[in-house]
Amino acid sequence: MDCYTANWNPLGDSAFYRKYELYSMDWDLKEELRDCLVAAAPYGGPIALLRNPWRKEKAASVRPVLDIYSASGMPLASLLVSTSDGPWGLGLDRVSSSEDSLRNLSPLQWKSGPVVSLGWSAEEELLCVQEDGAVLVYGLHGDFRRHFSMGNEVLQNRVLDARIFHTEFGSGVAILTGAHRFTLSANVGDLKLRRMPEVPGLQSAPSCWTALCQDRVAHVLLAVGPDLYLLDHAACSAVTPPGLAPGVSSFLQMAVSFTYRHLALFTDTGYIWMGTASLKEKLCEFNCNIRAPPKQMVWCSRPRSKERAVVVAWERRLMVVGDASESIQFVLDEDSYLVPELDGVRIFSRSTHEFLHEVPAASEEIFKIASMAPGALLLEAQKEYEKESQKADEYLREIQELGQLTQAVQQCIEAAGHEHQPDMQKSLLRAASFGKCFLDRFPPNSFVHMCQDLRVLNAVRDYHIGIPLTYSQYKQLTIQVLLDRLVLRRLYPLAIQICEYLRLPEVQGVSRILAHWACYKVQQKDVSDEDVARAINQKLGDTPGVSYSDIAARAYGCGRTELAIKLLEYEPRSGEQVPLLLKMKRSKLALSKAIESGDTDLVFTVLLHLKNELNRGDFFMTLRNQPMALSLYRQFCKHQELETLKDLYNQDDNHQELGSFHIRASYAAEERIEGRVAALQTAADAFYKAKNEFAAKATEDQMRLLRLQRRLEDELGGQFLDLSLHDTVTTLILGGHNKRAEQLARDFRIPDKRLWWLKLTALADLEDWEELEKFSKSKKSPIGYLPFVEICMKQHNKYEAKKYASRVGPEQKVKALLLVGDVAQAADVAIEHRNEAELSLVLSHCTGATDGATADKIQRARAQAQKK
Amino acid sequence: MAFPHRPDAPELPDFSMLKRLARDQLIYLLEQLPGKKDLFIEADLMSPLDRIANVSILKQHEVDKLYKVENKPALSSSLVNADKLAGRTRKYKVIFSPQKFYACEMVLEEEGIYGDVSCDEWAFSLLPLDVDLLSMELPEFFRDYFLEGDQRWINTVAQALHLLSTLYGPFPNCYGIGRCAKMAYELWRNLEEEEDGETKGRRPEIGHIFLLDRDVDFVTALCSQVVYEGLVDDTFRIKCGKCHGPLLGTSHMAGLVFNEIRNEHFSNVFGFLSQKARNLQAQYDRRRGMDIKQMKNFVSQELKGLKQEHRLLSLHIGACESIMKKKTKQDFQELIKTEHALLEGFNIRESTSYIEEHIDRQVSPIESLRLMCLLSITENGDARCSLDTHYGPEHLLTFSNLRRAGLLTEQAPGDTLTAVESKVSKLVTDKAAGKITDAFSSLAKRSNFRAISKKLNLIPRVDGEYDLKVPRDMAYVFSGAYVPLSCRIIEQVLERRSWQGLDEVVRLLNCSDFAFTDMTKEDKASSESLRLILVVFLGGCTFSEISALRFLGREKGYRFIFLTTAVTNSARLMEAMSEVKA
Repeated sequence: MDCYTANWNPLGDSAFYRKYELYSMDWDLKEELRDCLVAAAPYGGPIALLRNPWRKEKAASVRPVLDIYSASGMPLASLLVSTSDGPWGLGLDRVSSSEDSLRNLSPLQWKSGPVVSLGWSAEEELLCVQEDGAVLVYGLHGDFRRHFSMGNEVLQNRVLDARIFHTEFGSGVAILTGAHRFTLSANVGDLKLRRMPEVPGLQSAPSCWTALCQDRVAHVLLAVGPDLYLLDHAACSAVTPPGLAPGVSSFLQMAVSFTYRHLALFTDTGYIWMGTASLKEKLCEFNCNIRAPPKQMVWCSRPRSKERAVVVAWERRLMVVGDASESIQFVLDEDSYLVPELDGVRIFSRSTHEFLHEVPAASEEIFKIASMAPGALLLEAQKEYEKESQKADEYLREIQELGQLTQAVQQCIEAAGHEHQPDMQKSLLRAASFGKCFLDRFPPNSFVHMCQDLRVLNAVRDYHIGIPLTYSQYKQLTIQVLLDRLVLRRLYPLAIQICEYLRLPEVQGVSRILAHWACYKVQQKDVSDEDVARAINQKLGDTPGVSYSDIAARAYGCGRTELAIKLLEYEPRSGEQVPLLLKMKRSKLALSKAIESGDTDLVFTVLLHLKNELNRGDFFMTLRNQPMALSLYRQFCKHQELETLKDLYNQDDNHQELGSFHIRASYAAEERIEGRVAALQTAADAFYKAKNEFAAKATEDQMRLLRLQRRLEDELGGQFLDLSLHDTVTTLILGGHNKRAEQLARDFRIPDKRLWWLKLTALADLEDWEELEKFSKSKKSPIGYLPFVEICMKQHNKYEAKKYASRVGPEQKVKALLLVGDVAQAADVAIEHRNEAELSLVLSHCTGATDGATADKIQRARAQAQKK
Repeated sequence: MAFPHRPDAPELPDFSMLKRLARDQLIYLLEQLPGKKDLFIEADLMSPLDRIANVSILKQHEVDKLYKVENKPALSSSLVNADKLAGRTRKYKVIFSPQKFYACEMVLEEEGIYGDVSCDEWAFSLLPLDVDLLSMELPEFFRDYFLEGDQRWINTVAQALHLLSTLYGPFPNCYGIGRCAKMAYELWRNLEEEEDGETKGRRPEIGHIFLLDRDVDFVTALCSQVVYEGLVDDTFRIKCGKCHGPLLGTSHMAGLVFNEIRNEHFSNVFGFLSQKARNLQAQYDRRRGMDIKQMKNFVSQELKGLKQEHRLLSLHIGACESIMKKKTKQDFQELIKTEHALLEGFNIRESTSYIEEHIDRQVSPIESLRLMCLLSITENGDARCSLDTHYGPEHLLTFSNLRRAGLLTEQAPGDTLTAVESKVSKLVTDKAAGKITDAFSSLAKRSNFRAISKKLNLIPRVDGEYDLKVPRDMAYVFSGAYVPLSCRIIEQVLERRSWQGLDEVVRLLNCSDFAFTDMTKEDKASSESLRLILVVFLGGCTFSEISALRFLGREKGYRFIFLTTAVTNSARLMEAMSEVKA
């Protein structure tokens, strides 16, 4: 432990930098790194190597090879196989056992044009910028995703240099063309090309340049000789860093920090300027006296630290410079490559992978030599405690006397997070746990979470997984993104174990991963449809939040229609099954699924789809077997395609409906009288075929009526068309055409009763009392004479009413007399009839004093009747 | 005079929540288009909207102008296209209520404005019309489903049930009868299963749910109503809880007076109102002999209430007068007598001749149709009268509609039907053929009203006069002559807690496959919730049925909650079946 700080290097008075090994690389590179195009993704991401890049001196016959490795140097293709046959225990063991065979996986052969630059997007997709401005996008496993072009201008002038950078919108590409112009896109996911303004008088390529991102806008900063220019969308402006030492004739290298907040410039005088990226403020400067252009320069600082340092790499030398007179120097044994991270720099070479960072505050407090910080004392105390020494108590007392135990525990917890070695993490956590025992109310969250986080981190840092995340990076990345990245690497078992360990909600966690796994599973062409479907269903079951239709869609995307259909069977929501079935052209299956769902809207969707897809005959046949769909389609036709409706009925020999159809047409569609009659004729024929004589006869009557009405209009004028028979006769009577009316009634065999009612009402409306009387005497009324009384009273003609009241038959006499208001006589008749019902009816009409005598009379009659 | 509930009657759930929910949703939709906007509302939606959000609420959310729309797609497209021509750019949003159909999008696409408008759904499907009455305001449900076989609204019903169960807990006991009831129930169950867990563990507030298709009982809906609220609906039409009669104007059908008489037989109402008037007068009269202080008190506290009551009272007296005038003119007594005769099944010849006379007099085609349907169903016979040419050819189609819906029944099974049936059976597999035959036989259903009536004892034996003031059973809603079939079924099933012993009735109703019970074993339901019953009428229910069940509830200590696709009556049923010349 005494030598724990051995690898700590002080920079100035206040900061220490340390470098430790993450992995010893196991990738067996045959080439030197310098012979490859290298791209490593941040957050412990994958490394892409393009060997044999196009070099003028190389023979064209040698094809370049693209390899993708994890940060620990494992070929990522090996990961592909490790989970391909779905070991549902931990697939990790298999990786090592099958590793050797994986070495021989045929590498990706580059068949496209020369590549200028490689880079990783935020989604861990590999972007390969070709000389002609085309950008090819590959997945983590070397699977080709898509490609896009950076525009015509780039195509014509070729790509001289390119950078891939990250912004809050996603990943951007900046390109320097052969015409020394810049083109960039701030987000390759939503490609919008932006051609930057020209730099005046620029004749040769800039000595160095970089893409900057400020205020959500991407800029380009470039150095030409002693001048710096900042390009934004609108203009090119010359800029000068404040406090730049004189005598600079050229800038050799520039570096922007991970967060785009700081900028470092390396000049040909071996001078390094460090300041803000806005070029408004200088932080510090340093003169390293090395004039050779550095191979790489990157920022090395951690969030919330005041220390700013830049790491500069030459062929054999690594230098950390900051606000101090001295720099830290390391010797590089091998050709190395720097990867800037959020809180440090990763350095990998053919044999090792190291991490260089500023020692975090908590670790510094605890481990600094002779530190008396509470955390340091607590760690000591715990160690003594384990040795069963009473010194433990002394240390503890010391902390407690100062009242710093809480702080001590917190320090230990925090420091544990920043340790890479599990042993060290453990001893720090043990110390924290020990200290916690002496505290009353220490909230357990921080301790528990740190334990969980470390467990996750140690798991993903494992050599086989190869994601060397630090605690700060992990917190920045979030667990969700980390899970996504594990899924992307097809490390489903690990991802699920993490979800279960952290008890993430199923929908966000396990279900989502299982769904991803299933989507990957369906791509395995060598497994039969049945097996895949069964395997997926066994694993997924009814896990909430898993959409079988999504998985099926993926299967269909891989050309496995049958598998997709099998998977859809597991989908409980019909609404989700149908669209995919339609897409797969399984319309009939879709139709029955839609009908099963009971969602008419869905059925409708399928119907219209089917209608376009099938020929008419097949379509109708399909409908025949699906009554619900048929009735729905009929509805549709009624509103949209009347002719089709007719065809449908015709096909079914549904003469009844055909008849109805033509009837409707006779008044809705046809204007001319001839057309209407013709439509009715067709309807009548149909009704005959349907053996509906009643309807047929009625239709024929309607035809006759129409023709007759037409004639009436011609001969008499006035409006007759479209009146009902009843109204036609009434109109005739009202117009004084009694003869015609009677003729019509005879022709259409209007029942006598109805005709009498009709005439009676019409004549009363006319107030033609004379004619009414004549009519009443024309023969014995089939409806009796009570209606005459009623109708006359309705017209308030009591005089006429009385005339008829006398003619009313005996059984209705009382009613008639009451109607004309002759209560007394009504009473007499009722008494005469000895009818109890009539008596009470009269009695109920006796009102007030006027009918008092009558009422008495009835009461007497009643009494008499009862006596008898 | 209003019957008090038994003291142990359960409290009704708070349905104002539904209103708030709908209002909040609407406001949310309105706020998605910030700034001033015009609102075009379909005519049918006006009154429901008014009950959810009045003009001032709309104004608060920057609705500038309100327009009433008669013909929806045509208008929106002409509007948008006119704006396009004039070079105006505006934002358009079409809000579909209660849900957007695929066809809606198609229409917009055909009109060429699909890209110009954004669409949204206002899932406003339940309008509380009363403390115990929820209406879906879907009058078209009846024709769409029972005539055209269009099942689209069933999903809407299922959604509404789902909403209720999420708000008020699961329903532990479910019963239903009818094809549509079964489909709606199954769809709803699927919905519940999909969103598992949400309602789980909730204490049910409503213990029973009963779903009933309108076509199980057409008879009740066809009868003239004599309970006050039903009568007002028959005479003046109540829409969305508001009366649209010439007399009541748009006065709200609520208030103390109305609550006391709504469920009363009409013969009692006038007496009640005059008693009320006398009381009112007496209260006014107290003024005499008051000193100044008392007078001040009277004016400030009581007068306003009295005046309000006075106003309502005079409204109802006016309504009564108007009803009396109308009813006596057409000899209402005679009509009721005939209806009762039909229900009881005696004096058929007399009734038939009454109906014939009704037709001869050409009083009202709708009324004549109604009586014919009633005759046809109760007598299980064909009341074919040559009406068509006398009323116009479109009524030939009306006849065929009525027959298809089962409102007019035929004596002999239709030849056409069996012909189609046999043809179809040849084409498809045996199993499917069986299904289709079922479907057809239910189409060609014969009414067995007489037998059902006997089984369920729908015609009460009357010894002496039926005292309508003190009702003995649900028959009071039809002057003691007939217990509504629908209500009797509900009563019987609730008593047995199943369909057990009702097999014969179910068979006679042609619903053998569509009567179901579903009980959950869980016994979380409190005894109070078990006395709350949600009755769902698919295709509409009448005020008479509501009154009858309210009565039943009072007798047995239940509370009924009504959910209906719309409040209906005989005239609405007939109009829904009628073909009208455009």
